[in-house]
Amino acid sequence: MISLQNVTKIYPGSASPALDQITLDIEKGEFVFLVGPSGAGKSTLIKLLFRELLPTKGEIYFFGRNLARLDKKALLNHRRQIGMVFQDFRLLKQKTVFENVAFALEVLGKPPKEIEFKVAEVLEKVGLAGKEKAFPEELSGGEQQRVGVARALVKDPLLLLADEPTGNLDRNTSRQLMELLETLNAEGTTMVIATHAWDLVDRMQKRVISLNQGRLVRDEKRGTYGHEF
Amino acid sequence: MNFNSLRYCLRQSREALKRNFWLALVTSCIIAVSLIILGGFLLLAVNVAQVMRDVQSNVEICVFLYDDADQDWLAGELQRLEGVETIRFVSKEEGLAEFGRSLGDAALLAGLQGENNPLPDAFRVTVTDAELVPALAQTMRELEGVEMAEYGEEFVGELLKITGWINRFLVVVGLLLALGAVFLIVTTIRLSLMARREEIGIMKYLGASDWFVRFPFLLEGLAMGWLGNIVAVFVLAVVYGKVASTLQQDAFAFFLRPVTSPEQLLPVFLGLLLLGTCMGGFGSLISLHKFLRV
Ligand SMILES: Nc1ncnc2c1ncn2[C@@H]1O[C@H](COP(=O)(O)OP(=O)(O)OP(=O)(O)O)[C@@H](O)[C@H]1O
Ligand SMILES: [Mg+2]
Repeated sequence: MISLQNVTKIYPGSASPALDQITLDIEKGEFVFLVGPSGAGKSTLIKLLFRELLPTKGEIYFFGRNLARLDKKALLNHRRQIGMVFQDFRLLKQKTVFENVAFALEVLGKPPKEIEFKVAEVLEKVGLAGKEKAFPEELSGGEQQRVGVARALVKDPLLLLADEPTGNLDRNTSRQLMELLETLNAEGTTMVIATHAWDLVDRMQKRVISLNQGRLVRDEKRGTYGHEF
Repeated sequence: MNFNSLRYCLRQSREALKRNFWLALVTSCIIAVSLIILGGFLLLAVNVAQVMRDVQSNVEICVFLYDDADQDWLAGELQRLEGVETIRFVSKEEGLAEFGRSLGDAALLAGLQGENNPLPDAFRVTVTDAELVPALAQTMRELEGVEMAEYGEEFVGELLKITGWINRFLVVVGLLLALGAVFLIVTTIRLSLMARREEIGIMKYLGASDWFVRFPFLLEGLAMGWLGNIVAVFVLAVVYGKVASTLQQDAFAFFLRPVTSPEQLLPVFLGLLLLGTCMGGFGSLISLHKFLRV
């Protein structure tokens, strides 16, 4: 599904690469943790996959298509296949839970009937049924993050990218969120999750890709967070 | 962009207009004022053009001939000049008769008939365009057998000067006002963009197309343009209607016959509508271009 070949990213004006010659493949249906110390390049990798950034060297293929060669329309399509979950939730304060999730479908020009149905369905799935009319400020952090997940999921993405989705949550809520993501993964969504939550990574026994100073230092099928750094 | 998107965009624009209600209202008013002034000038220009046409059809060049002039040859030469519409030969007898009629009392001219007639033979020349009159008259003066070529020199000159000034004034004032209005639209849309900055960022992550992001703002600008338009056209139509009907009843109507034919007024009003729309659209696009990185 995703294939990186010798991907190097050097931000303009910085001497050392944020990502250095990364080569890896991610298959459909996988659950992948991206780990590594601060500045390792996790967020950079997520942004490259979303094609918010282009690699300085090397190629990234998504279903065989080089992301650097997408025209405007294909780029839009690429992003529509991907759900994004942010560390800081990025919900619209003046919209209700329902509207926040529905927004993802409105942007795609879906009919109101379908929107209503799908939003209700996904809110049920993330355990927010009954909170449709609440505003983000009236929710706990964990609930807000689940709205974020629901918004990313409602358009049935092939791939869910999450950059430290539990960064603002306590341990218990973090665990619940990860369990939710695990369930969704079991239903078929590919997950790529950058995280510092070492205890959860250790417990869940998923594929773990470790980065350090831009280099890929470890890639294990049923890995652990690793405490060498 | 499909029907659902369009509906969504419409809703967004409506919300934006509500949020920036006062600024949008002021902007619309300024657009209305600038269009009213522009439209007023346009209507004036249309009327001046009509007066000019009236005058033009009246301005004749009188080409007075020497007694020994070759009339047939001259008629041919005059007809050949660029801008000449018609020529009419007026013999000295006819000239005297016309003069008598214009005095209203032919008896005053008794004794001037026949051998004593002081008037020369003449050609009365009408031209296609009043602006050509001075140059044409000059050319005619140089023809063999022409004694004088006269026209209402001062009157035509003044009229041309005045309309020239009015037109220049129209262009400058109109441009300034339009620029001011466009600038206001840019500001309003910019505020709207600021208010929705976060939303736009998220929209892009959700895979919204550029046009889906831009369209509500464009609509917002267009709506302000149209609101200004409607007010302007309404005010102009009412005021112009009043002025025109007053003038028509007035004794001066003979001189200042206001333009009332739809064929001439419709382009003015359609032009204004187009202008208001363009101003709205243009202002939004400038703002989007400057302040929105899609
Ligand atoms: N926009 C940018 N311009 C220049 N350098 C950047 C930019 N973004 C990140 N970097 C640099 O690239 C390197 C990798 O950054 P990145 O954000 O990918 O790290 P990370 O693994 O996500 O770290 P963290 O765990 O703290 O989020 C860092 O050295 C950082 O300083
Ligand atoms: Mg990061």
